[in-house]
Amino acid sequence: MRRRFSSWRDLKENALRLFFAANGVLAIVILLGIFSLLFTESLPALKQLGVGEFFFHLRWDPTSPERASYGILAMVLSTLMVSFGALVIAVPVGVACAAFLADVAPPQLREVLKPVVEILASIPSVVVGFLGVVLVGPVIARVFRMPSGLCALNGALLLAVMALPTIVSICEDAIVSVPQEFKSASLALGATKWQTLVHVTLPSASSGIIAAVMLGMGRAIGETMTVLMATGNAAAVPRSFLDPVRTMTATIAIEMGETVQGSLHYQSLFVIGLVLFCMTFAVNVVSDLVLERFQRVRR
Amino acid sequence: MRRIMAILIAGVFVPTLLFSQELLQIRGSDTMVNLVQRLAEVYMEKNPQVACAVSGGGSGVGIAALIANRVHIANASREMKEKEYAAAKENGVIPVEIAIAIDALSIAVNSSNPVTKLTKDQIGAIFRGEITNWSEVGGPNLPISLYGRQPNSGTYVFFQEFVLGNKNYSPRMKQMNGNAQIVEALRTDKGGIGYVGVGYVRDEQGQVIPGLKVVEVAKDAKSPGVSPLLTENITTGRYPIARALYQYANGTPKGAVRSFIAFELSAEGQKIVEEMGFYPVSGKYLEANKKLGF
Repeated sequence: MRRRFSSWRDLKENALRLFFAANGVLAIVILLGIFSLLFTESLPALKQLGVGEFFFHLRWDPTSPERASYGILAMVLSTLMVSFGALVIAVPVGVACAAFLADVAPPQLREVLKPVVEILASIPSVVVGFLGVVLVGPVIARVFRMPSGLCALNGALLLAVMALPTIVSICEDAIVSVPQEFKSASLALGATKWQTLVHVTLPSASSGIIAAVMLGMGRAIGETMTVLMATGNAAAVPRSFLDPVRTMTATIAIEMGETVQGSLHYQSLFVIGLVLFCMTFAVNVVSDLVLERFQRVRR
Repeated sequence: MRRIMAILIAGVFVPTLLFSQELLQIRGSDTMVNLVQRLAEVYMEKNPQVACAVSGGGSGVGIAALIANRVHIANASREMKEKEYAAAKENGVIPVEIAIAIDALSIAVNSSNPVTKLTKDQIGAIFRGEITNWSEVGGPNLPISLYGRQPNSGTYVFFQEFVLGNKNYSPRMKQMNGNAQIVEALRTDKGGIGYVGVGYVRDEQGQVIPGLKVVEVAKDAKSPGVSPLLTENITTGRYPIARALYQYANGTPKGAVRSFIAFELSAEGQKIVEEMGFYPVSGKYLEANKKLGF
């Protein structure tokens, strides 16, 4: 009786193990599939124009009647500006909000605030973009005495709002899961609540906080609709956050519809996709390395 | 049981046969989408057996769809390019061009801007990024900010060919999603300048939208400025940046496509064209349409 039970359990365990392994393999296959598709579609353009055309030319103007040019540097810079700008705004606010929710807020307030923050995530990006055009843009224009508020700063602000729910909810989970003993020990040693939060709780939750930041960054780099609407889409190299910018995602979205499939223009849009993919991949690898490092230090 | 089935089948199929509708797929120019939508609404009221589906996306998108044989009619605010004719031929599509309206491409600025007249060359230089301050064209000391369309727009291509002399746009030009967005931006941007179809600068009462000013355009420095807002300036050909709004069909139009285009070119259709702020077909375009039997 007992033996049958254990063999049944073994079977179940093996089946589950197989199931999870298969899921892991599937994810890897999908990832490799996407990469190989992007690579094969963009290879002809890379061969014909050379890598230098894409990375050392300052102009992106594939439909130019003078000379078609395919430089993607301006839009790489635009994408980085908008997403880092968003992080600079969203990380301090998000971490502070999460710490407040997890450690300071009375339970009733927390029950109200947490769902409210999470509702932010469910606002469609096109609505956020719309707010950028009619609300945030004009305010920026007035504050900085500019003619128009369609600029990198507008995009960064909107993306910050969109990245906040991700950052807040993951940070909060990380902070809540810091063992109560740590805090109790710190308080028992005579530290104030503030000192405990800053010097004990937040450092202990740092791996989760970094993961939250990286996930927020992933969302910001890949976001399309909001930046398409709110940043002005000028293809020039931006000189400041008050210049209009055109991100990589916006370029693909704007131009994919008009190109003939298989043309050089079409393939160079895939080159942009490939570069974007590599960038998000790099962000993830770096964040993994950082996480591992932190975990080792804590051990 | 069988009888019930028969009745059910008859009940479903007979009415669909009786009321079977022909579906016209029309896609393309954002400048023309409101106009063709309105024309289609009136046409469908009179011809309930035909359903028209009109969508925008830009002239390039419409032409690409016609080449792929996915639409019956492509709206285009520019002429098809040689390359596109070649691609169509490869797919066995023979594009036939019909002008259904005339559009005066209006150069609009903020109403606070004192500049009232620009030459075609000045406008070209402004959008190429060679003139960057309003003081260079007789205005205040204020940097010029440019508003244009995106490369899939026929207006973008037409303007580049016709006003920029086939030179590159300034990379600092903000590329907007449609005529209405440019109008919206110019109302708040004191240093702004943009180009939009004349159908978008006037409200329902035919008045220029508040906050907006339409500048007069002169052929050269010696010529007088011409406003795109007066019909006779267009029909006489005095306004320098007028263009035809085209529809392209696959082969000489037949059946519902023909009947719809014939309606657009009828007196009633052309009246709707005027109500929507554009101008009726005239001159050489009228001749070309006659050759197709319209």
